[in-house]
Amino acid sequence: MKAVVLLIPLLPLASFVFTGLLGRRYLKEKSHFASVGAVAISWLLSMYVFIQVERGHTLSWQIYSWIAVGHFSVDIGFLVDELTAIMLLVVATVGFMVHVYSIGYMHGDKGYYRFFAYINLFMFSMFMLVLANNYLLLYVFWEAVGLCSYLLIAFWFPKVSASNAGMKAFLVNRVGDFGFSLGIMLIFVTLGTLSYSGVFAAAGGLSGGMATAICLLLFTGAVGKSAQFPLHVWLPDAMEGPTPVSSLIHAATMVNAGVYMVARSNPLFAHSHTAMLVVAIIGTFTAIFAASIAMVQTDIKKVLAYSTVSQLGYMFMALGVGAWTAAMFHLLAHGFFKGLLFLCSGSVIHAMGGEQDMLKMGGLRKKIKITYWTFLIGALALSGFPGLSGFFSKDAVLAGAFDGGYYYFWIVAVITVFLTAFYSFRMIFLTFFNEPRDARLFSHAHESPWVMTVPLIVLAVPTVGAGLLLGVPPGSGYIDHFLHGVFAAAIHAPAHEFGLLSGVLMAFSAAVGIAGILLAWHFYLRCPWLPAKACKRSGRFYTLLLNKYYIDEIYFAVIINPLRRFSGWLWRIVDAGVIDGAVNGAGWLAVGAGRALRPIQAGKIQGYLFTMMLGLLVLMIVYVFLTL
Amino acid sequence: MTFLPTLGALVMLVLMRGRPLLYKYTALATTAAVFVLSLVMVFKFNQNTASFQFIEKVNWIPRLGSSYHMGVDGISVLLILLTTLLSLVIIPASWNYIKDRELSFFAAFLFLETGMIGTFCARDLLLFYVFWELMLIPMYFIIGVWGGPRRIYAALKFFLFTMAGSVLMLVAIVAIAYLARPNHFAAPVFDLDQLQNAVFSFPVQLAAFLAFFIAFAIKVPMWPVHTWLPDAHVEAPTAGSVILAGVLLKMGGYGIIRFCIPLFPDAAAAAVPYILILSIIAIIYGALLSLVQKDLKKLVAYSSVSHMGFVTGGIFALNIIGVEGGVLVMFSHGLLTGSLFLLVGFAYERLHTREISAMGGLASPFPVLASFLLFFTLASLGLPGLSGFVGEFLSLLGLFSYNKAMAVIAAGGIILAAAYLLWMYLRTMFTETRDEKWFKLSDLNLREISALVPLGALAVWVGVYPATFLNIINPSVTRLVHQMAPYMAQHGNFLTRFLAALGGRL
Repeated sequence: MKAVVLLIPLLPLASFVFTGLLGRRYLKEKSHFASVGAVAISWLLSMYVFIQVERGHTLSWQIYSWIAVGHFSVDIGFLVDELTAIMLLVVATVGFMVHVYSIGYMHGDKGYYRFFAYINLFMFSMFMLVLANNYLLLYVFWEAVGLCSYLLIAFWFPKVSASNAGMKAFLVNRVGDFGFSLGIMLIFVTLGTLSYSGVFAAAGGLSGGMATAICLLLFTGAVGKSAQFPLHVWLPDAMEGPTPVSSLIHAATMVNAGVYMVARSNPLFAHSHTAMLVVAIIGTFTAIFAASIAMVQTDIKKVLAYSTVSQLGYMFMALGVGAWTAAMFHLLAHGFFKGLLFLCSGSVIHAMGGEQDMLKMGGLRKKIKITYWTFLIGALALSGFPGLSGFFSKDAVLAGAFDGGYYYFWIVAVITVFLTAFYSFRMIFLTFFNEPRDARLFSHAHESPWVMTVPLIVLAVPTVGAGLLLGVPPGSGYIDHFLHGVFAAAIHAPAHEFGLLSGVLMAFSAAVGIAGILLAWHFYLRCPWLPAKACKRSGRFYTLLLNKYYIDEIYFAVIINPLRRFSGWLWRIVDAGVIDGAVNGAGWLAVGAGRALRPIQAGKIQGYLFTMMLGLLVLMIVYVFLTL
Repeated sequence: MTFLPTLGALVMLVLMRGRPLLYKYTALATTAAVFVLSLVMVFKFNQNTASFQFIEKVNWIPRLGSSYHMGVDGISVLLILLTTLLSLVIIPASWNYIKDRELSFFAAFLFLETGMIGTFCARDLLLFYVFWELMLIPMYFIIGVWGGPRRIYAALKFFLFTMAGSVLMLVAIVAIAYLARPNHFAAPVFDLDQLQNAVFSFPVQLAAFLAFFIAFAIKVPMWPVHTWLPDAHVEAPTAGSVILAGVLLKMGGYGIIRFCIPLFPDAAAAAVPYILILSIIAIIYGALLSLVQKDLKKLVAYSSVSHMGFVTGGIFALNIIGVEGGVLVMFSHGLLTGSLFLLVGFAYERLHTREISAMGGLASPFPVLASFLLFFTLASLGLPGLSGFVGEFLSLLGLFSYNKAMAVIAAGGIILAAAYLLWMYLRTMFTETRDEKWFKLSDLNLREISALVPLGALAVWVGVYPATFLNIINPSVTRLVHQMAPYMAQHGNFLTRFLAALGGRL
């Protein structure tokens, strides 16, 4: 098993080096062979590992000592348990499908080899992230996936908006990582170790305040990586990257790293009620906040991006209310259906010759059938339509909030369900129904090649089936048993029995979802003139949503511009003025002093003698004082 | 080894006037030989002891109690390795860069190498001072003769700043050499082994510490005595910048570890909080100024101020983690900033400008240059897996163990580092290519790549397996920290007490 686990990340790494070095000159349009092959094998191996873990074979393995200084020591090592296995499953499956899909999507791009090299590097880093057995290693690959994200967002770097978006993603994440790294230092300084096993074993001895401080610092990192308010601003811009990247990195895997990290740290969070509450509040707020923005976006990828932010908010809410398993369940389901939705949107964009504005689409249902049906399945899952994966996972989250007594959070979450269903089907109706709004684009529209449609179909399978397979009966389904051991330390109450109340709540949330779909139908199919009227009615609020609550503008006005002005002031006034001025002043002083002292070197013996005596006297005084 | 470069230089000067290819290859061969020798030294170096090795001791000026006493410990070894490597790579990097008086140019660098290695080996204060000054002269000429348009101003500024520090140091050296005498009739004591055991009263320690410290702080350079650095870098030729940033700045950090702290432990312990505050100002200040620079070299120069703040910050945390972090930052900064200056130089040779605003979209015509710049930019902003991260993280962790609030502010510098470096990268390499003519220019050639590859490989090595390097410095650092422990305990953690009084303790 050790060799297998080692190969999972190493294969993509090897392929990255191979493709990166040889791609430009030699491989060119054949660059995908090594890359897709490596990920395919990694996928098979991940499946094998999952089965092994399923049978109860977990692995904890220190490979070598990475940094050892004084009593600070960090290993490079792997930990494979149930939580890791779930993450491997999502990462490898979506990763494999996205690789295949990219062969078609990226075909003919100038940077074809570069794309596959980067995305391989990402796979390596992401595998390492979930396999790591200590916080520092987690942090290392946390940054590494951030780097890949940067490289891939700015993939089409001649485009100014793309390069800006890449930089923004990196910087916003750095702000989160600032907290994360301090959290790691605090863990080390208080507990003396960074390995998961050591930290969790010692977590019991933490004082409440210290536990809260550590958890909140760690959570800062998660807020950045998983695009939660107020650090969510990078993810919508990240849509500048090629769509397969949005699917893999910005929907299915990397953005989940924050959720994974908090879930992994559950023994720590269990010691701090305050931290848990903060996680729940941020998560719940982000869920409804982002969903409200998604309602008015017209760029198909932006809708999906805000939707991702919102769904990640759900996961954090689940973590915060202590529904650990539900969070991971939703992560899994969301990974599949959002990965699918993004790939579908890519197929739509491909069909429309690069157009992303939904207002220019319409009527595509008949022209791109496979894309339409898979998109519909994804949207239904996202809306929580009964029977699909999203229904069960989302319901597990809601049930967790309700059972835990977090009724306010539950209410907000149910409202979010409504909004989610609305924007999902607004997207469907605008894209696939009615008459085409741009005849020229429509006439060129065509279904994507099979390398792109097959991954859609493959991903549609878990989108439909994962919920029934893993989440039935709710609260004690397969996934609850599978993950029980991981969260044992943090779950205090026994699992809730699925009773009449749960059934009613489930039916209620399903009804809310369907109501959202119906409203979208009413707005966009039945009375297509309604949206414009509604926008006019809501006036200011609509503008506020359209401008994403002006968060970017606020950041520029409050942080970035003042910082730049301040730096400019420092440079011109302090550095060039005060400090250099003082130095130059000293220089002039020396020249002046030289002039003033010139007379004593005028060649008069008495003068020399006098000065010598004076100097000697001073030296003697100093000497006497020093020896005293 | 120390004098091999001088020998090479003399041979070049005497025999090869007017035969450019021959003396260039001689320079290359000499630096290569020195590098190989330094590698041999690294391999033969015993990593299990803190005592000095490869000792040479010859009487030099017995009446003054000064001898030619050389020897190395782990910290010296690491920095010597850096010196010989950088001295080697700058030769091919400036192969066609200099147009006039080429011979003297290469000879100057060889003289410089002698000075640098000597400084890192000297075990006698007077000898140290001689090497220290020996370094200054070739560098002064390198900036003043082969520099840019404002070279005279820059060279003079460099010289005066450094000289001011040197003079203070010389006074302190003489003072302690006389004060350390066992009796009034004995010769002064310059030998470090003997000085190590001398005990000075606190006022003497403080005065001498300050004199030494100011000299080294100028070299580092610490805020607020850093203003010579941007000017010197902008005017210096590429190879000069590489050595200046890569090695000469390290002299400051090295001097602090070798002399300031162990010779005057009491004063050092008392000065800790103030120096840490200066270090943190340097980190943030340097980063903020990098943000608004318009000239690439100035940007890298100010980023050096910021990075060197991690060096002094780590060292003066005076715990093992911090000091090792500080030393590792020195090593890594030498590799990375050296490479960045090389790259800026390569870009300059093609575009004849260093203005950021005049560039843009360079990644399309120069993909190889852009890849290397990306690599070193990322390493420099502390991406884990590359060398910058390990040192900075350890340095911060050491600082964090000393005082949390300081580490929090210093960690802010890492966010800023990402900001100014990525913004620089965005404006130079990304976006639309500004000038179609650039597509006709050639990308990096094999000679230029060969200068960068060893530095990059080492950056990866330090990032992935830092143990190789940490093991070398570990015994020396441990000894230093153990020596300081009682003094640190005595002076206490001033800031923690201060913050506790404010009630702001975590």
